[in-house]
Amino acid sequence: MENYAIEMLNITKNFSGNLANDNITLQVKKGEIHALLGENGAGKSTLMSILFGLYRADNGVIKKDGEIIDVKDPKDATRFKIGMVHQHFKLIENFSVIDNIILGAETTKYGFILKKESKEKVKALSEQYGLHVDLDAIVENITVGMQQRVEILKMLYRENDILIFDEPTAVLTPQEIEELLKIMKNLANSGKSIIFITHKINEILSVADRCSVLRKGKYIGTVNISETSKEELSEMMVGRKVNFVTEKKESSPTDVVLEVENLCVSSGRKGKNSVNDVSFKVRRGEIVCIAGIDGNGQSELVYSLTGLKKINSGNVLLNGVDLKRLSIDKRNKLGIAHIPEDRHKHGLVLDFSLGDNLVLKRFRENQFQKFGFIKKEEVKVYSDQLIEKFDVRSGEGAFSIVRSMSGGNQQKAIIARELDLNYELLIAVQPTRGLDVGAIEYIHKQIVEQRDAGKAVLLVSLELDEVMNLSDRILVMYEGEIVGEFNPKETTVNELGLYMAGSKKQTKEMK
Amino acid sequence: MAYFIQQTMVFCIPLMIVALAGVFAERSGIINIALEGIMVFGAFIGVLTLRLLLALRFGPEQGQLLLIIVIIVTIIMGGVFALLLAYASINLKADQTIGGTALNLLAPALVLFLVLMINQQNDLNIDSKYTAANLFMFFLEDFGLEAFKNDTSFLGVIVNVLFNKLYLTNLYAILIYVGLSIVLYKTKFGLRLRACGENPHAADSLGINVVKMRYIGTIISGCLASFGGFIYALTAAGCTSNGDVAGLGFLALAVMIFGNWKPVSIFLAALLFGALKCISVGYQYIDFLSFLTEWNISSHAYRVLPYFITLVVLAFTSKRSRAPKAEGIPYDKEARY
Ligand SMILES: Nc1ncnc2c1ncn2[C@@H]1O[C@H](COP(=O)(O)OP(=O)(O)OP(=O)(O)O)[C@@H](O)[C@H]1O
Ligand SMILES: [Mg+2]
Repeated sequence: MENYAIEMLNITKNFSGNLANDNITLQVKKGEIHALLGENGAGKSTLMSILFGLYRADNGVIKKDGEIIDVKDPKDATRFKIGMVHQHFKLIENFSVIDNIILGAETTKYGFILKKESKEKVKALSEQYGLHVDLDAIVENITVGMQQRVEILKMLYRENDILIFDEPTAVLTPQEIEELLKIMKNLANSGKSIIFITHKINEILSVADRCSVLRKGKYIGTVNISETSKEELSEMMVGRKVNFVTEKKESSPTDVVLEVENLCVSSGRKGKNSVNDVSFKVRRGEIVCIAGIDGNGQSELVYSLTGLKKINSGNVLLNGVDLKRLSIDKRNKLGIAHIPEDRHKHGLVLDFSLGDNLVLKRFRENQFQKFGFIKKEEVKVYSDQLIEKFDVRSGEGAFSIVRSMSGGNQQKAIIARELDLNYELLIAVQPTRGLDVGAIEYIHKQIVEQRDAGKAVLLVSLELDEVMNLSDRILVMYEGEIVGEFNPKETTVNELGLYMAGSKKQTKEMK
Repeated sequence: MAYFIQQTMVFCIPLMIVALAGVFAERSGIINIALEGIMVFGAFIGVLTLRLLLALRFGPEQGQLLLIIVIIVTIIMGGVFALLLAYASINLKADQTIGGTALNLLAPALVLFLVLMINQQNDLNIDSKYTAANLFMFFLEDFGLEAFKNDTSFLGVIVNVLFNKLYLTNLYAILIYVGLSIVLYKTKFGLRLRACGENPHAADSLGINVVKMRYIGTIISGCLASFGGFIYALTAAGCTSNGDVAGLGFLALAVMIFGNWKPVSIFLAALLFGALKCISVGYQYIDFLSFLTEWNISSHAYRVLPYFITLVVLAFTSKRSRAPKAEGIPYDKEARY
């Protein structure tokens, strides 16, 4: 018989009628990186929350090193040396890094916290595993990548040996991802067992030893990474063959829809603008993609187009209308659809139902209201239709509270709402963040269809695969400026990388 | 000058201790707008206990012991009273603002009812044989410092402030204030309490018992507010309880917000509000403010001053203050966040 570090046997979990986990079995060996793969809403986060004691399973047992353990709450999990980095971080934003790490496992004398000793311990750990953090910084002021390292240090500080990573790479830049994967390998080599959830199959292929696949709450199987391929894994996961290359015709752009001239957006700090003297055009029937490393002004550029941030100078014209002084609402009415970068902050009202979220931009249309009263029936019919079309999975359909939905399905809800607007220009920022490969394939197809129907699309993505796959034209942004324009057919990922890192720059004439 | 400082302290001390009461509840995640009600209750309990003990032939001879017993009873009962808020907000997941408002309505009504039952009139006092001053107050003579009586030099003022007409309650209050502030920032308990008010889901995932921490926070809050109510009754209201603490509980809320939920800032804010309140009621007696009397403005205008300034100050500063992020939201373990 094999020796497993952790085993979850016949786990079942029911959320008021919604079977999130249905008799699932997961067995992880000591010192391995075990990937967990599954579509959005397949039940991965739920399964891990059960292992970590956040939810209680209705059925099934958990074994550690062959012995049955009862994980009632996270305290028990910590006692059994199980740690978790959650999909949405669980950090206290206005606490310092060190306070976040020691919270709940403080070293004390007479109740007083021994800061110095704790710091030394954390420092030693961060050196051992190459996890660089600034211990005195306040969490809300550090980058997402560093926040994640704080989460990892939290687990190491508790000397956990089962480490759960729930979609750790979804929020990271490609550079940060590489670093994280290296750290994970280090951890596994030092004897820790790692459960790794991700939608990016390439990451699984590069670090994992084995992979278990879930589909719609059910366990499909476990495979050795050395004996499998990207195609096999994705087929196991969605139950059909997945196309990784989006098929599309040559684009045939017509009239200019969006015209940006010498746009500047201030960063609020002295010195450099976040967006500096940017000019470009997007035409009907083309997908223009802005590539760049996170934090080079892409977000601010989008904010200024959609009205979330003030335009300091320059012009932004939508079909010839100057947007500069218009409210967000007016801009929407002129035909801007926006898939925002931060789905929780700008995309959804988390405590509203899915149906209400789906009509969030349209409820003032006569179809959905009469004398200011919402026609609930219409909303239901309309949202059911979108839910069906975009395969948004949730417990209670249009009545599900969005907060309870899985991250990927929240994203699909936003995409459904925006693509169904009668718009001129689609601004999509990281539209497939957190989506499974099947959903990505579908969304990419939709975006191309929109293009072919004569819409203008401005896509912002950090993922070069997506950029190369979808765009008709690529603009690279570096430090607030556009440093190059490319045709995806004539460039390579490597060339783009050089421009993104700022080591190359096209002159005005070359563009 | 000595009068000004002392009168300022009369208001400042209950304000800061009650604002700290607010801090302990809110930092654990429970909005406590019932501070006013708990103060009223504490004032009543304090006066009642004192009255009963005096009737048991405790007298001025055991004054300081008497005071400590009364304070302990007041503190305990305040904690018990706050359990109502804790149960409603934590177990029943009731709206905390409404729960607090209910307590604010309940406390004066209950107190007045009991006062009427006990005393057949609208206020409750101690036996007229005694006054708070002759029971508990220390004078210069008690320290052999009578030479400083009318000394207006710098040293004289300080000696007068520190040793004349001194209630030990103020000293206790300051000690408790400093002690609890340190607890809030330097201990494991404080760190965990603050975590529950910011992000209870994170705290829970680290094995912290959010329900327990919120109960403790609210109970400490009740204890402190009750103590503050008694201090007010003793030092500012001549040891009477009549179901009213002059809005000090609400003022303390303002002080807490103005002080940004941080003890040091709250102390400064309480000083400011205490000084204003002192000016508003006693400007005639303050040597360096004699010009105010000469202006011939209605004394009512000055009385409005602290409340008016509260309004203005808060209107301008509350935007910058940062409340604990999770306060007011009942903790639901299974809800995603
Ligand atoms: N607290 C909850 N209340 C109600 N339903 C829930 C809750 N948590 C999860 N669910 C439901 O359980 C199902 C599985 O969700 P889960 O978050 O485990 O999916 P996932 O595999 O992690 O998906 P993703 O890749 O999108 O993160 C979903 O249908 C979700 O709506
Ligand atoms: Mg998930």
